[in-house]
Amino acid sequence: MVNEERIRISPDAAKEIQENSETLEGAMPPQESSSAGADKAGVGSREQEKEKQKQEYNEYVKQVTPTKNLWWQMCKAFIVGGGFCVIGQFILNTCESLGMDKETSGSWASLLLVLLSVILTGLHLYQCLAAWGGAGALVPITGFANSVASPAIEYKSEGQVFGIGVKIFTIAGPVILYGVFTSWLLGVFYWIGIVLGVV
Amino acid sequence: MKKSMFEVGRSSVNLPMPAYISGCGCIAGSKEAQGPIADEIDSLSTDDKFGMDSWEAAESYLQKEAVRIVLEKSGADKKEIRYMFAGDLLGQSIASSFGLLDYEIPHFGLYGACSTCGESLSLGAMTIGTGLASKVVCVTSSHFASAEKEFRFPLEYGAQRPKASTWTVTGSGAFLLMGERTTAALAKITGITTGRIIDFGVKDNANMGCAMAPAAADTIWQHLEDFGRAPQDYDRIITGDLGQIGSRALYDLLKAKGIEIEDRHMDCGTTIFDIEEQEVGSGGSGCGCAAVTLAAHILPRIKSGEWQRVLFLPTGALLSKTSFNEGLAVPGIAHAVVLEHV
Repeated sequence: MVNEERIRISPDAAKEIQENSETLEGAMPPQESSSAGADKAGVGSREQEKEKQKQEYNEYVKQVTPTKNLWWQMCKAFIVGGGFCVIGQFILNTCESLGMDKETSGSWASLLLVLLSVILTGLHLYQCLAAWGGAGALVPITGFANSVASPAIEYKSEGQVFGIGVKIFTIAGPVILYGVFTSWLLGVFYWIGIVLGVV
Repeated sequence: MKKSMFEVGRSSVNLPMPAYISGCGCIAGSKEAQGPIADEIDSLSTDDKFGMDSWEAAESYLQKEAVRIVLEKSGADKKEIRYMFAGDLLGQSIASSFGLLDYEIPHFGLYGACSTCGESLSLGAMTIGTGLASKVVCVTSSHFASAEKEFRFPLEYGAQRPKASTWTVTGSGAFLLMGERTTAALAKITGITTGRIIDFGVKDNANMGCAMAPAAADTIWQHLEDFGRAPQDYDRIITGDLGQIGSRALYDLLKAKGIEIEDRHMDCGTTIFDIEEQEVGSGGSGCGCAAVTLAAHILPRIKSGEWQRVLFLPTGALLSKTSFNEGLAVPGIAHAVVLEHV
């Protein structure tokens, strides 16, 4: 009860606060004067003004914040991502020329790419590659390996269980969870298709 | 209501008996060692772990070392220090707690994000200026790797840094504040304006300069208003870590209020790093950024008389991983202290 009393601000007091609080907020571009005459308008219009000011500032921030050149970023991503694909294809071809079937060769390609990524992560090289190549390093399987290896390195100091054990999937976790969930969902649709005789 | 003898305006304090900054010490890491003010920093290391096992321990070491340097340089004994005002960027301020444990000095742990340097100097100066203590130490730190871990991604994770992002400074600065004027005094703190929490609704945690600029503008405006001064009364107005982009926003916000500071503004984030060469995005940031720059670069210039009066205001972005994930905006805060030539 006591708190309630203290928090409640009478319309007059609100108006007074509004008038007295000459602050930086006045620095933003002038706002259209709202229905200031009304008793309750004090608190309401102030809220509105604040919202408007936030919006205007955010638009300003958008203008002054530099962004990277999209085309150049895509070009770099293509080079790095393409590089990983070339390595993958090389492994695949080598395995096939050694007489392995397509599936086994594919497994070897994934396995070796993951190993390569983890080693590069440990040597602080993958981060540099990703800083330059962006999504080109993030999207392939090597990026996934990096997202698992990097927390393992970072949280090692917090112990095997609560450090590595708990936090190893902090970045990859969502991918695994929603990946599994989406596969399950597709499975359900597939099953419904079979039952209805569509598939 | 009658105001106390120290209160000025709405949120400022005037210190008729100033707090003298009688000594300072700073230490920084490998990236800062390649920066433009490296020669002025007391201690530099090429090993960012400083021989420790974890990033957190490394940051604790930074604070311990900064305090050791300031005590050694000023010849003060730790038993003479009445209070320690310390803070850092880690959860529950563990870098200060563990780093300063061995000193056994009565301790106030502070958090004001990257503005903590200003907060600790404000509180230290208030304690000295009102005669509650004769010697206090103010120390703050930040570490690039521990801050990345606390606020962003693991260090080795392949994330790209946006252009507007800032680079947390690995370093710590400690200051000895005294009520007595000695020949060693580097500067005196004669006034304080405490910042308010200002939210302009910026939600981008990779653009903290713009998130903090309104807070810096508010504190500068309030300061000039409270003391009835103009920017021309200062040789420099120095912000903590707005970076290049945040500084731009600060000029524009103040311009709308009729205040021009561009000609005398300096930002610690763009001073400690060469932003063209060092790939730090918009500039440096962190509690260590303002603290190291103040100790290494600013205080010597005030001591020499090159700058007679400086307004020093470290800026902080008040966010956590949780607040960010829950979709909250990033409010800012900036604490100003007036530094004058002795």
